[in-house]
Amino acid sequence: MSSETKQILTTDGIPLEISLKKAERKNKIKAFLLVAPLLLFLIITYIFPIGEMFTRSIDDKMITNMLPKTFKSMETWDGKELPPEEVFASFLSDFKILVDKKEHGKLAQRLNKEKNGFNTITKKLFRQVKRNKIDETQSIKEQIMKVHKRWRNVEYWQAIKRTAPPYTSAKYLKAMDMYLNEDNKITQVSEDRRIHRILWLRTVEVAFFVTVFCFLMGYPIAHLLATLPMKYSNLLMICVLLPFWTSLLVRTASWMILLQQQGVVNDFFVMIGLVADGNRPEMMYNKVGTYVAMTQILLPFMVLPLYSVMKTISPSLMRAGKSLGGTPFVAFWKVYFPLTIPGIGAGCLLVFILAIGYYITPALVGGASGTLISNQIAYHMKTTLDWSFASAMGLMLLGGVLVIYWLYNKLVGVDNIKLG
Amino acid sequence: MSKNTEFVKFDKVDKSYDGKVLVVKDLNLNISEGEFITMLGPSGSGKTTCLMMLAGFETPTNGEIYLDSNPISNIPPHKRGIGMVFQNYALFPHMTVYENLAFPLRVRKVQKDEIDKKVDKALSMVSLSGFESRMPAQLSGGQQQRVAVARALVFDPAVVLMDEPLGALDKNLRESMQYEIKHIHENIGVTVVYVTHDQGEALTMSNRIAVFNDGKVQQLSSPDKLYEEPVNSFVAEFIGENNTFGGEVTDISKNVCKVKLQNGEILANPISVNSKGDKTTVSIRPERALINPKDKMDNNQTGKIEEVIYHGDHTRVRLDLLGNKEFILKVPNSSNELDLKLGNEIKVGWNSQDARALDPK
Repeated sequence: MSSETKQILTTDGIPLEISLKKAERKNKIKAFLLVAPLLLFLIITYIFPIGEMFTRSIDDKMITNMLPKTFKSMETWDGKELPPEEVFASFLSDFKILVDKKEHGKLAQRLNKEKNGFNTITKKLFRQVKRNKIDETQSIKEQIMKVHKRWRNVEYWQAIKRTAPPYTSAKYLKAMDMYLNEDNKITQVSEDRRIHRILWLRTVEVAFFVTVFCFLMGYPIAHLLATLPMKYSNLLMICVLLPFWTSLLVRTASWMILLQQQGVVNDFFVMIGLVADGNRPEMMYNKVGTYVAMTQILLPFMVLPLYSVMKTISPSLMRAGKSLGGTPFVAFWKVYFPLTIPGIGAGCLLVFILAIGYYITPALVGGASGTLISNQIAYHMKTTLDWSFASAMGLMLLGGVLVIYWLYNKLVGVDNIKLG
Repeated sequence: MSKNTEFVKFDKVDKSYDGKVLVVKDLNLNISEGEFITMLGPSGSGKTTCLMMLAGFETPTNGEIYLDSNPISNIPPHKRGIGMVFQNYALFPHMTVYENLAFPLRVRKVQKDEIDKKVDKALSMVSLSGFESRMPAQLSGGQQQRVAVARALVFDPAVVLMDEPLGALDKNLRESMQYEIKHIHENIGVTVVYVTHDQGEALTMSNRIAVFNDGKVQQLSSPDKLYEEPVNSFVAEFIGENNTFGGEVTDISKNVCKVKLQNGEILANPISVNSKGDKTTVSIRPERALINPKDKMDNNQTGKIEEVIYHGDHTRVRLDLLGNKEFILKVPNSSNELDLKLGNEIKVGWNSQDARALDPK
């Protein structure tokens, strides 16, 4: 027996690995029990809802369940010419069941979404069925085709076939201002109806600039915090954190008081003669308001990670840079700044991700040109009740954040993040 | 050409941080070119402040510092051309060893091949050739220290400042680094201002040592003079080991004085006492007092052994002598004929020349 394969035994003759596992098992169970409540909590409140959101966003089972026989018989139909008699027969049988359950209206609505014109012809068919005008001993195909000329149009049958799969990407396409046309091709909606893409772009733009503003303002503050003597830095830290402890709604509301046309800032501008009284600039209900309020609200998320990183940088490094002949700027740029990159990364990532999903502030101060995709999601949740569409957009937002995280990991490395 | 003896000159420098307490008081110090001078003192004695003023990170509250006869108070640190080795090395953690060393050359816009040459030379000087692409975190403490030294020297500064550079190293490494820095200094002849609180380090390395206490230079002289001829009781106490007796001068002549102790009388060398009745602290180095002296000595006393501590190369004997229960003797372990047992009475003698009557504590 070679020495590599020989098992190492403990003094009692039990294999070492088994003995080790035995000794560790108790601790492992204890550790698991400690995290179990959190794990359960996460599953219930995070993983499960996201899964639910995902199924909702792609769910198209309603129509699949309404027309089971039709779709079954359509499987063999090539979809080029009008379907055979068999398809018409199973469609009628499905339709009759729906009529009995009074669900034919829902079918009409769903089909109409797929192709305009279904509403009328479904109603006509409904009337025929109600009056028992369709003789099942005759050719059902012929009779249905007689109900309306559109039943003779192969495009409508193709539309029905397209709804067969229980899952659909329509909501995702809609969020991108696109849809699947008759030929199953992804098409853009007409130009005047493209609203979502503008919102996505605006959301990214606002998040980007808010991150930039937060960085520009937060970096000096964090530096000051890290270098000031304790008694001053504690006071400054409280100043940074105080807004953090104030309710988000209160802070947003106070920005409304400051920024509105008859507000404090405008009054001040008029007072010092910067603008005429009759020509007060609009600083709210547009992007300016969103930028100002969001930057202020998200600033602590930039300052804190930066501060925690800067705190660990020895002041002697800057001194070394200067004593070796670097001007203060060179010493900062070549020595100090590169060392703060982990903090910059963490702060920017945090602010960007928070900003991209921000809701209350843009809703209150954003106005029409300052609302973001999250406001659109809320609109569909509360007003149109199109939850699957809201879910789809929510998931796209989540996906976007994950992509950014992945990109960041590629460029900077997540190991380099330092949150404190 | 004679060397400039006032290459670095502190001229009546005062420094206060809060406007209430002076941390450096009326400092006058001349450092000649090529000298290795150490500022030695307990923490809070103002030595590091002096170094920071020379480097340009602190400004003197009063007075002026001259470098090669030019006042430098208004020159920012990066234009002073002074190399500095920091306490915790202050290597740039995001740069390789090569980049760390190249930094001072790059900011001086030195040509690339010239940089390579100089970095090479500096690294071989600290025997770290081949470590160019390592990151500081991959180096041991001693290696980081050497990189820091090389970096402070690579741009050929006129003066190099070292702020307790060996403080974080273990004892053996510290000792070998002491010699290494000393040799580098001897080889390239740069002026070094070294700050430490470790007297052993100061004695080993320096040409001259300035002992700081309470914001003032207590004594500025060569290591041997400092040890053998301390000018006041602080220096005597701070440098090396020391046996002291407090007493009063009862008789004084040119080379010798009589000091009356609590229970006894000894002869001493009058250093800072002038007349009868002066209070004084008499200081005797442990190795200057001998057991059973063969030669004739003018102080002969008897003491009781209180403690014997084995130290490898020598044995320390603590005596109760003339009421001082902390009187230490160092006995080389080569002389085995002595009977060092607790409670034994032994004879101890020393020359009055080695018993320095200094200022009272």
